[in-house]
Formats: sequence, C-alpha cells, structure tokens
Amino acid sequence: MEWANQLCENRQFGSKMTDSKYFTTTKKGEIFELKAELNSDKKEKKKEAVKKVIASMTVGKDVSALFPDVVNCMQTDNLELKKLVYLYLMNYAKSQPDMAIMAVNTFVKDCEDANPLIRALAVRTMGCIRVDKITEYLCEPLRKCLKDEDPYVRKTAAVCVAKLHDINAQLVEDQGFLDTLKDLISDSNPMVVANAVAALSEIAESHPNSNLLDLNPQSINKLLTALNECTEWGQIFILDCLANYTPRDDRESQSICERVTPRLSHANSAVVLSAVKVLMKFMEMLPKDLDYYSTLLKKLAPPLVTLLSAEPELQYVALRNINLIVQKRPEILKHEMKVFFVKYNDPIYVKLEKLDIMIRLASQANIAQVLAELKEYATEVDVDFVRKAVRAIGRCAIKVEQSAERCVSTLLDLIQTKVNYVVQEAIVVIKDIFRKYPNKYESVIATLCENLDSLDEPEARAAMIWIVGEYAERIDNADELLESFLEGFHDESTQVQLQLLTAIVKLFLKKPTETQELVQQVLSLATQDSDNPDLRDRGYIYWRLLSTDPVAAKEVVLAEKPLISEETDLIEPTLLEELICHIGTLASVYHKPPSAFVEGSRGVMHKRLPARTGSGESTESPDVGTAAGGSAPEAAPSIIPSQGDLLGDLLNLDMAPPTTSGPPPPTTGMQMGGMDLLGGGLDSLMGDESEPLGGDIGGSPAMGAGFGAAPAVMPASLNAPVGGGLGDLFDLGGVGMPMGAYIPPKIVWLPAMKAKGLEISGTFARRAGVIQMELILTNKAMSVMTDFAIQFNRNSFGLAPAGPLQVLTPLGPNQTIEVSLPLSTVGPVMKMDPLNNLQVAVKNNIDVFYFSCQYPISMLFVEDGKMERQVFLATWKDIPNDNESQFQIKDCHLNSDAASSKLQGSNIFTIAKRTVEGQDMLYMSIKLSNGIWVLAELRVQAGNSNYTISLKCRAPEVSQCVFQCYEAVLKN
Amino acid sequence: MIGGLFIYNHKGEVLISRVYRDDIGRNAVDAFRVNVIHARQQVRSPVTNIARTSFFHVKRSNIWLAAVTKQNVNAAMVFEFLYKMCDVMTAYFGKISEENIKNNFVLIYELLDEILDFGYPQNSETGALKTFITQTGIKSQSKEEQSQITSQVTGQIGWRREGIKYRRNELFLDVLESVNLLMSPQGQVLSAHVSGRVVMKSYLSGMPECKFGMNDKIVIDKQGKGGEGATGQSIAIDDCTFHQCVRLSKFDAERSISFIPPDGECELMRYRTTKDIILPFRVIPLVREVGRTKLEVKVVIKSNFKPSLLAQKIEVRIPTPLNTSGVQVICMKGKAKYKASENAIVWKIKRMAGMKESQISAEIELLPTNDKKKWARPPISMNFEVPFAPSGLKVRYLKVFEPKLNYSDHDVIKWVRYIGRSGIYETRC
Repeated sequence: MEWANQLCENRQFGSKMTDSKYFTTTKKGEIFELKAELNSDKKEKKKEAVKKVIASMTVGKDVSALFPDVVNCMQTDNLELKKLVYLYLMNYAKSQPDMAIMAVNTFVKDCEDANPLIRALAVRTMGCIRVDKITEYLCEPLRKCLKDEDPYVRKTAAVCVAKLHDINAQLVEDQGFLDTLKDLISDSNPMVVANAVAALSEIAESHPNSNLLDLNPQSINKLLTALNECTEWGQIFILDCLANYTPRDDRESQSICERVTPRLSHANSAVVLSAVKVLMKFMEMLPKDLDYYSTLLKKLAPPLVTLLSAEPELQYVALRNINLIVQKRPEILKHEMKVFFVKYNDPIYVKLEKLDIMIRLASQANIAQVLAELKEYATEVDVDFVRKAVRAIGRCAIKVEQSAERCVSTLLDLIQTKVNYVVQEAIVVIKDIFRKYPNKYESVIATLCENLDSLDEPEARAAMIWIVGEYAERIDNADELLESFLEGFHDESTQVQLQLLTAIVKLFLKKPTETQELVQQVLSLATQDSDNPDLRDRGYIYWRLLSTDPVAAKEVVLAEKPLISEETDLIEPTLLEELICHIGTLASVYHKPPSAFVEGSRGVMHKRLPARTGSGESTESPDVGTAAGGSAPEAAPSIIPSQGDLLGDLLNLDMAPPTTSGPPPPTTGMQMGGMDLLGGGLDSLMGDESEPLGGDIGGSPAMGAGFGAAPAVMPASLNAPVGGGLGDLFDLGGVGMPMGAYIPPKIVWLPAMKAKGLEISGTFARRAGVIQMELILTNKAMSVMTDFAIQFNRNSFGLAPAGPLQVLTPLGPNQTIEVSLPLSTVGPVMKMDPLNNLQVAVKNNIDVFYFSCQYPISMLFVEDGKMERQVFLATWKDIPNDNESQFQIKDCHLNSDAASSKLQGSNIFTIAKRTVEGQDMLYMSIKLSNGIWVLAELRVQAGNSNYTISLKCRAPEVSQCVFQCYEAVLKN
Repeated sequence: MIGGLFIYNHKGEVLISRVYRDDIGRNAVDAFRVNVIHARQQVRSPVTNIARTSFFHVKRSNIWLAAVTKQNVNAAMVFEFLYKMCDVMTAYFGKISEENIKNNFVLIYELLDEILDFGYPQNSETGALKTFITQTGIKSQSKEEQSQITSQVTGQIGWRREGIKYRRNELFLDVLESVNLLMSPQGQVLSAHVSGRVVMKSYLSGMPECKFGMNDKIVIDKQGKGGEGATGQSIAIDDCTFHQCVRLSKFDAERSISFIPPDGECELMRYRTTKDIILPFRVIPLVREVGRTKLEVKVVIKSNFKPSLLAQKIEVRIPTPLNTSGVQVICMKGKAKYKASENAIVWKIKRMAGMKESQISAEIELLPTNDKKKWARPPISMNFEVPFAPSGLKVRYLKVFEPKLNYSDHDVIKWVRYIGRSGIYETRC
C-alpha cells in the first residue's frame, strides 16, 4: 500500500490526474464514503467510485460490503462502467450469493441487447459467476447465444459452455449443450470452431470415456480446414485436439501430416510446437521406408532450431521439448549441434538445458567441437553450470570412445586449475571413465591423489576412495591414504563410509599382509560404533565373508564389474512416449506425466503413441485417450514398489526380499536364525582371526546358544504359529474379563526438522492378534508429499510391514493423515540394542528418512501364552537361577486381581495364585511371537504399593523389556 | 488453461490481478511473491511449481507478469500469450512501467477480459482490439459498425478492417538482420547465423492482395529450370516463419508469399540463414599475461565489405579482469575508455568504411590477489550497424493487387531499406 500513499502525495502536489489516483486511500470511513459516491446521481462520480472499488479489490482489500451499491450501478449504457461492475461481480458473487441474484435481471436483459458486444459480455460474465441460482438463469440466454447470428457472440458462448460445465456438469448434459457445442465444430466462422474445440477438449478431459469429441475423418477434415483460417490461438487449440486423434491407417496419417506441416512456418512458437507434437505422434504410424517419412524428418529440424531464436522463456520451453525429441528421434537434430552452443549472455536456465542436449547429440563426428566448447564453459562463473560442463566432459568420454583420451586430458587440465568444485566434479567423472575403460587411464591416478585434501564433498570423496580401493595394488601408499580418511570416519557421510569400508576390504584382499590392522579397525567402526544399518550390514557381511572364506570374499568383492551404460539420465521409454504426446505443455517442461502435478481427474489420462498399422487393418481402439483412460485412475497411486525393490532401494543393499513361506520353523533357535548367522559367523571369526573382537560381540553367540537349548524343554504343542486363537478360547473364562491391551501414547518419532517437513509420530498396538504400527504423518512443508513407502531394518524379533503403507492420497501442506500398518514377525532378524529398538526408513517423493523407535515388547505377547501349570513348574525349575532377574514396581495401587486382569489384556496370563502371609504371589506366563517363554512371579503385598517381580527366561536379554511392559501396563 | 494473471511491481506488490479459474485463489498471488520475486537466489527457471500450482513469468523492466495454472497447459502458448499481452499494452499506452500500469488499470482489466476468456487466449491483434476497446469509454456505434467489429474480431482476416482509404498508397519494407558470430581466438568460426526480419509498414487502401518475392534459392532454382535464367545470387534460407496474415499452405506448396497485410506496421517474416554469411567485421585479439599483475591486450578489427559502404555505431567491448587497478589505452581511431563499473574497455568508432583495419592496444594493471579461481576471460563482443543484409537477402518484388479499388501496383510508392546489425558477435580471447 506504500505506493498508493505515495501516489496520494503526488496528487496533492498537483501532478497529473490519472487512473492511478484510484489507488489512494483515505483510511477511515473509506467504505462509507465510497458508498455515498456509488449512490451519487452524477454518472461520472459513480464511475469514479467504481474504479476506486476495483483498485481496492486489486490490492486485496475486502470491499464486499459495497456489493448492493456496486450492483446498482450495473444498469447503465456506459460500457466501460458496466465492465467494471461485472469485474466486481465476478470477484464477490460467490461470497454474496443471495445478493448476486439482484444482477440476474440485468444479465438476462443484456443477453437480448441489440449490440453483439454487450450480448457477448453478458454471457461471458454470467459464466464466471459461480452461484448456483445464477447458473439456472444462465441456461436460456446461453442457449440463444449459442445460436446467435453474430459469430462474436457464438464464440463467447462456446467457451461459456465449458465454464458452466466446470460449475455444474450435470446441468450442461441435461440441457443438451454438449450437442449444440458439437454442432459448432461445423460453424462457418473459424474462431467459433476453435473455441468450440477448446471447450469440448476440456470437457472431454473430465469424461475420459465419453468420446465427446468424436474424432473421425470427416470432423478431422473440418478441423484441418479451420486450421488454415483461424487466429494463432485457435490453431493451437485445434492442433492440440488433433494430437488426440489416432488415424485409421498410415495413409490417413500421412495426409494429416501433409496438412499440418505448413504450420511449422508460423511465427507463433506454440503453434510450431503443437504442430511438432502432431507430427511426432503421427509419424509413428508411417513406414520408415516411405519417402515421405524421411522428408518429414528433414522438415522438422529447421523449425526446432528457429525456436531457439525466440525469447529466453520460450527457448527454455523449446529446449525442454527438444530434449525429449532428441531422445525419441536422435536423427532429426544430429547435424545441428552448433545451435546448442551456449552463448555468454544466455540465462542460466537456457544454458543448463543446452548443455544437456549437447551431450545427447555428441558423436564421433562432432566431438572435437563439443569438447572445445565444454572446456570453455568450465571456466565460466555460474557454479552449477561449470559443474555440469565438467560432468559433461566425462559423459562424452564414456559415450564416444575415440574421444576418451582427449576428455581425460581435458579433465586433467581442469584439475590443474585447482578450483575446488571443478576438481571435485572432475574426480567424480573420472571414476566413471575408469569403470568404462578399465586399465587404460590409470596413469592419472597420481595426479588425482595430489588433490585428496581439497575434496570436501561426499560424492567426490567417495569417488576418490573408490579409485584408491580399486587400484590399491598400483598405489604404493594406498593404506596410508585410506587410513587418513579413517580418522574422521564418524563425521563422514554414509556414502563415504560405505565406500571407505569397501575400499579397505579391497585393499586387504589385495595386500593382506600389511593391512590387517586397518581392516579390523574399519570393520569394528562399521559394525559397532555406527548407527547406520546399511553400514553395519555391509560390515557384517564383509566380516563374515573374510572370516569364513577369503577366496569367496575375493570373488565377491573384487568381482568383475558390469560395464556402465553410455547414456545416462535417459527418460524411461514409456514415460518418454507419454511426454511426446504432451509436447509443448507443462508436462514436457517438467518431464513428468500430468498426473504428477495436476490435481483431480484432469490429466490423469495417460496418453501414448499410436502403434504402426498398415493401410488394410484398422485400429480397434478409436481414441488414444480412452484406451488407457479407463484403468488409469486406479493405477496412478500404486507407485509404491514391491517390498523387495523397496528394500534394495531404501537400504541400498542387494538383499533378497524376506521370503518366509510356510510355517515358521519350530524351534526358537531357528526362529532367531538371523542372529544365529551372525553369532556363528562371529564365533568362527573370533576363533581364527582376532581376539579383541570376541569380547565386544560376545553377547550374540551366547544368546544364540541359549536359544539353541530351549526347544528341548518346550512342549511341542506350544510351538504353534503366532496368533492361533485356540489358547485364547480356552482361557476366556479363567481370570475375569480381559481388558484391552495396553497401547502407549503416541510420541513423535521423526520431527519435521529432520525430515524436510515430514513429521511422524506413532505408537504400536496389538489388536485382535495383529500387531499394528499406528502412524500419524503430518506434512509441515510447503509442497505436497506423495509416494510414501516404509521399510524396517532387521530387528530382534523380525518385525516387518505386512503390507505397503496405505497413503493413497497425496499429503498436502499442513495435512495430517493417520495410518495403521499391520506388521508381521517373519522378517529378517538381527539383535538390536536395546532389544526393542526398531530402525525405520520412510520414503516419500522428496527423500528417504530414517528414524528409530522402541516398541513395547508387550505387543509381541501372543494370545496362546498360557502355560500348563505342570509345564510352568517344570520350566521354572529347569531355567537356571542365573537367568532370573528381579525388579521393583513402585507406586502401584492395584490389588492382585485387578492387576491380573489388567495384565491379561496384554496377553500376560496368570496361571496360579498363592497367598502367603498376606502377600499375593501371582505366577504368570508370557509367550513371545518368536516362541520365547517368559515366566514371572509377581508379589503383591496388601497395603504396600511396591510390587516385586521376578522374571525367568532362557533368553534373559528380554527380561528388562518385559519388566518395562509390566510397569507400563500396570500404571496405565 | 491459464487460471489467473497477475502483474507485480519490483517490490512484489500486485498491480493487476485477474483470476479466470476457480482453482486459483488469492493465496497464489502471495505464493509467487514469496517464492519467486522475493526469492534469495537468482531465478533458475521461468516456470515455477509451488504446491501443485505452476507459475509462468516474464519480466519487463521492473514489472513481473505471471500467469498461473493448476492444469497441464500448453506452456509455449502461455509464454507467447504473455509476450502478446506486453505488445498489446505497449501499443495502448507505451512503455510497460509501474506508473503506466496504474494509470491504465481499468483499460488493462478491460483488455484482459477481452483477450483471455476462461483462460483461453482470444483475438489479441491490436488492430482489431483498438476498434472497440477505446480509452475514451463510451462510443456509440451504429449497427453496421458493430457487426463490422465483431466480424473483424472473429473473422478470417482478423488483423485488418475493411474500408481503409489513403490518398497516397505507400509501403515501406525494412530488411533488418542481426548477424551472430562466435569465433575462436584463432579466427575459426565456431558458429555464425543471421536472424532476419522483414518489417512492412503499409498505407494501402482497401483489402490489397500482396505478393512478396526475394532471392530465395529454392524459388530461383525452380525458375532457372524454366529457362529464365537466374540473375544475381540467391541465398539458402534455413527456416522462416511468417506473420499470421501469410497463407502458409500456399507457401508450403508453391513457396510463394502471399497475404493481405494489416494496416500499418507488421513483421511479415522472420528467417534464419547459416550459409555464405558476410561477416562485416573480424576481431583479432591478442592477450598476453605479463607476470601476475599485468595484461597486455591488442585487438585489431577488420571491416569486410565494399569500400563504398559505411558501417556505423561501432563498439568493441574488451572485458578486463575484476582485479584491474588501472588501464592505459592507445587507439588509432575512435575513442576508447576503461569502464570500471562494467569491467571492460569500451572502444567506440562512429564510422568505418569497408576493407579497413583499426587497432587498439591496452595495458592492464592488476591488483595481486590470492583468489585461486582463474579469470574466466569473457569473449570480446562487438556492436555495429551496416547498410546491407549480411545474409545476402534481396527483395525482388512486392506486388500489390486491389481488384475493387482503382489503383494498380505501379501507383504504389515502395521503399526498401537494408540494415544489418550485430546480434551476439563475439570473439573469444
């Protein structure tokens, strides 16, 4: 509002009187004053007042209070005033629907006016007033206007049908406007045709199967005729509509192409791009040996190049599209490399896009020029651009073998500049060059090593470490180099840590004698001191490999690597096909299908290129859109990959998906198979490798052994799979009514700060025998989140999601969604510390986030956990006293019966109760989902709020967690 | 389609806001201000997506024009429309500035109502718009006038109204070319092209049918087969685009350019050539680094056209490093100055005939820096104007037929002018 005030001053000092004065404000009583002016008798004053109102509206002030007064000014023969009032109406009618009715009469009257401009104005404005009552009145005038004698009115009415459809689709269908609109396609006036096409196309988008446009050779012919005559915008509407048609055969396709090609010479870039879209699409149907096909290919290049002399914004749109076209049909522009050379004054967004296309067009024929250019760019100012240029040099080397040597020497030159980010970028691409051409350019390693200290970006550090590890045998001081990185191991990013781990293992395998200490150091850093599950997993795998079979380790770690592909960043073919059908549109600019950024039903329809058909056969599916449209909406959200993929994706480790078919193995020892694997592995590792490790990991093998002993005692009947309701049934009458299982309150697991705006809070519950993770996802970011998926790291009890995370609708800013995720206990197992720790990875469209949480072990207590008395007694005796642990629960005021029934709600079953000297002794049993039994003795003394509990279990590790559950259950 | 159109001043205050679609709310206005106008970084793309809403923007001096949508619109069309919108506004009230926009806000709303309906661009030819959107407000038209307006706005020849009369039928053709060059320090042409425009200013009565001819290689070769024999040189046009008045299908079939021109000025065609370009100037740079604190620069320019012709407004811009402390320049011709604010030596020569040579030498003193990054050495750029078309394009004829009125092609006074200007004319050093 500042400028408005300044203007006010200007006026006071007598500067010229213009419309800008309406932007002035006289703060107090302004509305009141305006009201008076609006009701003035003088026409001029009225008009002035309305202008002021519009000015206030523009700057966002609420002037809706003036509604009746402004509407009163509507009845006027002054067209300018009328237009202003209409503008006001369009803005405020929705908030004042009752008063908007006041305007109806004038609209209806105006629709009958002798002046076609006024008739059109009325029908145009009425369509913009989204008030139900008004739309009812709109129907009759609209019907008349659609058949008006004046083309200006008809073309306006055609668009109005689309407006009405947006407000009330049913009404439009009921009133038969769609048929009238279809008739307008045959109108004599080209602009009416164009607007009718635009309106129908839009309506058709929300009815994917309606075949509204009914494109057939006759109607196509009409459109092509109108194409020659209508305005530039009309040509765009028609071409975009044509692009949805699928010709019957190659002959029809060719004849349409012939009539569309002249549009390539239009001055309007949008007309050109839409024509290119039609041609690119219909070309698919032409046989490649046809002369016309090659003629057409030749014709496409010049207009695409001409687009690059347009204004920068359009150049950007054109370049994004050319990027697609080059991927689909590289032959079109293969000789046009030079036009994509970057100009010094190009805006950065144009430069980056040009660079992308240059790399795609690079070939043996032009590589010398391209390289010279890229080298030039690498000295520019913009950091992003320079980086991309350096990377491009590497990509050229990979793409054009003959140039590799020159590329490498160029990169070395660039490294000599010592410009930090240039060096780093160069090292990253040199790593790829090494992979593409093994044993060719290793002579440069020495130069690379000189720059070790200047690398501060994870990607560059990782690349350098990879190089050192890969060529350890050629680098004399490889161990020193790697050791220097090891010092700050914990400060490195995961990428670098993983790379360092692998590199040192490689080094060890190549020079085992002098690096033993180093490898032990890195393995223990990775497996013990790190919170990162990926790193630990990889560490354990290497450890096991090295300790069990060094030969196998060599085969695995030093295996021949597959060649890397020449083309990177290629758009996936089906997406590319879809994007080709969207040339010129936003989808082609974003390189995303419309469904990724358009809400609602619009644009969800997937388009695809037509298949080639001979002249004889005719395609059965008449419309491209309809063919794929039917099932698309359902298909859209199911992007969540299958578990196996996701695991690889999230944890970046090629593990097989958890395949546990059939009933779980009958023994607890086997149940904890994962742990056994580690324990066993570590046993042998301890035996033949190094002593210091043994102490640290000693816990695991001991535990493994402990479980191993258990099954001998367990009655076979108790090993039934999880969740068998049998035990439940028997025991229902036993100890009163069970209360609901204890569910801890939800806490925040992942704060929004750490997850780019995604906040996750949640809890765990066991409901009807099913373990559920109950999550609340809140989007605290500005942008929409989609594509959620979840994955757990291996954990002590093999918890794993039993299905995908059901977040089907995108999560908008400030939206919250509650989901419950059923869990299974058949996932991979690994002992965690604490035992009930769970590491979770959640992925969305933005990133992958990791957090860990602890679950109450009570949710693993199964329903058939009630032990026979005799078995209980025997087991209790059988478990060594060393495994017994005692805990105190303080400040608990329940009596023993209440406590017992409360505990039963959480599947802690009381088997017997004894009263000794006023002290209640409750004997209870618990069975965990993995078959571990926990026996408990709870002592409750009347008048004493402190309980004593003794827990006995073959796996004493769980006692602490079980105790926590007792406490939680009893106190809540 | 376009959901809304906003115009902001440089501070991000809204000057004009027109919403066409229900899915665009007032918050979109603020989202663009916060995320684009007030963004800390330089704008990295002319298309921005904020919370599933796409913003297209162009900037004219201090003014931001933004089109907003939530749909998969034709992006090229949106930008073309925004440019057109700028053209229309300029045609109505001159320069696009904050003041002009505020002074004409009622007019702008009226225009926006007319040229964009429910987000679909409608006829936006200023010639047609000016017949019924007038700044004077009320204009009572007769019935005939009204139907004339509407038929013109929607008609096949939307760019011209009927009944135009001039006492003197006259037309001016300007062939305006900009020649672009990128040359390596060794004098190798890395890329060169001419982008040209034929601008026509016509003051002709009635509905004249025009036919334009030039020394297009394809046309000349065709005629040559006919036995007439091609005279003079012909040029190969890589590509051309035409004003919407030109019948494209006819051009496609016969390569003849026929049209009914709009009254007044219009850009008849644009073209691009890359072959046999006459490069009016050559720049020969020589940069020598003398130690760490001194640069010696010598630049020679050579004119390469007929000695009888004169080039004008010649300006050579030699970039200097950021740590320049002082510059001494000697030039034989023109004036040269070191402009510290632009980090360049600007050498201006008013006129220079063809086949001449001129030289400048400069000593640049540098401040010692410990900046590791090398100076990027931007290219030496050049500006000039020459009175010929560097592409070699020649207008062969422009014939005018107006069957209804009694004037013939011979009665029309025709003027043709060629101007070649430098586009991006750079030599790396």
